[in-house]
Amino acid sequence: MSEPVSNLQATLEAGKFAVTGEIGPPKGVNIDPALHEADEYLKGKVVAVNVTDIQTAVMRFGSMATCHLLIEHGIEPVFQMVCRDRNRLALQSDLLSAYGLGIRNVLCITGDHTTMGDHPGCKPVYDLDSVGLVEAVTRLESGTDMGVDMKGNPNKLDGVPKFFKGAVVTPCADEVEPQIIKLEKKVEAGAQFIQTQAVYDPKAFEDFMKRVEHIQVPIMVGIVVLKGLGMAKYMNRSVPGVVVPDAIMQRLADTPKGEGKRVATEISAELVRDMKDMCQGAHLMTLGWDDCAPGIIEQAGLNGQGS
Amino acid sequence: MIVGERKPFEEIMEMISPYKKVLIIGCGGCVTVCLTGGEKQADTLASQIRLAAKQKGLDLTVAVDCITRQCEREFVDNLKEDPKQYDAVLSIACGAGVQFMSDIFPDTPFLPGLNTSFLGYNKEPGIWEENCRGCGDCVLAWTGGICPIARCSKSLINGACGGTDKGKCEVSKDMDCAWYLIYERLKARGKLDELRKIRAAKDWCKDRGAGVRRLVLKEMVEEEAAG
Repeated sequence: MSEPVSNLQATLEAGKFAVTGEIGPPKGVNIDPALHEADEYLKGKVVAVNVTDIQTAVMRFGSMATCHLLIEHGIEPVFQMVCRDRNRLALQSDLLSAYGLGIRNVLCITGDHTTMGDHPGCKPVYDLDSVGLVEAVTRLESGTDMGVDMKGNPNKLDGVPKFFKGAVVTPCADEVEPQIIKLEKKVEAGAQFIQTQAVYDPKAFEDFMKRVEHIQVPIMVGIVVLKGLGMAKYMNRSVPGVVVPDAIMQRLADTPKGEGKRVATEISAELVRDMKDMCQGAHLMTLGWDDCAPGIIEQAGLNGQGS
Repeated sequence: MIVGERKPFEEIMEMISPYKKVLIIGCGGCVTVCLTGGEKQADTLASQIRLAAKQKGLDLTVAVDCITRQCEREFVDNLKEDPKQYDAVLSIACGAGVQFMSDIFPDTPFLPGLNTSFLGYNKEPGIWEENCRGCGDCVLAWTGGICPIARCSKSLINGACGGTDKGKCEVSKDMDCAWYLIYERLKARGKLDELRKIRAAKDWCKDRGAGVRRLVLKEMVEEEAAG
């Protein structure tokens, strides 16, 4: 096994349970609050922090720049890259640029469709799909790009990057076999770690993990903090492959006013506790409630930086 | 077939507003089959325009004609009306037809009465759906005869994304997830291994990546040149 290129890789490859957090850049240039939240609630508590890439196709401050700023703050980033907005020229170029800016963890994602966001009339790209993007990263690491020279030989790179390559999966999709087949392809293409879509049903996750036992890369269970009953209802209604069970819905319904963060923290911590022995890490998506992250980690009985 | 949808009536009226004498030409090809650009639709459109012109007090005369196809030279001679005798022609053929006729009659403005929408077929009464993108590199052999380029909203080539839900696409609950359909069909045929193969990044040059595409039948070209 080659030398780890990031703490996230080192932690997961050492067999330690790793926790990652996530921040979403703002719409505008006011990036300081997001960085402050990361400093305050994630730094030193998680191994790395994902930065979403024009999340849900809503135009905003960029993932790469935010990742770089996190590095300046002493926080290891996970650079999320979607296939929606860039062709293979731009994707490869951005990968080189990201490497140049010190970014080592890359998460390759298809990306929500343009029509889901706030610029529905824009032209969706999807030149590569998520498997193709993982392949592209692997290709760059081998010292060539996706193009060819005049003689038809792969173009050689002047300076070769090395990343820790991630991909995603939806464990609770209503039809899980296609998800697993695609996951196998992502791993075959070179994915080294997996972060999942939100899971609220430990039993369903256990079933999923049994079905992917043959997949030899660490899987980090996705936890999206439930900010209230309305959000949970929205997730059940509109987010594919996410099911919030009745018991959790009831707890949210019974939550007294002003207790939302406490309950959200408790639910998330319980989920992590229930699933931590099934997988290799947890990815906490706090959606702005970043101050819940330390509580979740503590109540789940974890040292987020590997235990 | 090529499916086209009639432009909004207001847009058509705006397009023809500079003209006093307009000929509407229907097309007997694809757009007759999808009931938007044929002879009958040309007649109906003419009636609507005449009525609107009368209500607005416009000085506008509208005539109607139709030929078998507006995209082939041999049918142009079958026109009963002479486009050159009109201020403008409103063609309700597809975009290829409008352009072909514009080339034949370069001095006469040919205006598009349809928005050419897609390559597809009739799915159920009154509903046509896109099935082919004309991507230039057909993948149907290994996708169970269901095209992910045209029918997956993201044109993915390695299987469903996380936006698939109960067989539908994240873009709309009315839209089937093509990869779900492909999965079901390949599974039924015992061919899921097709889905397990990594498909290389698509060569979009054959789509629109290299500009205007042509079909050249070399032998025919040479035969023609030899006279």
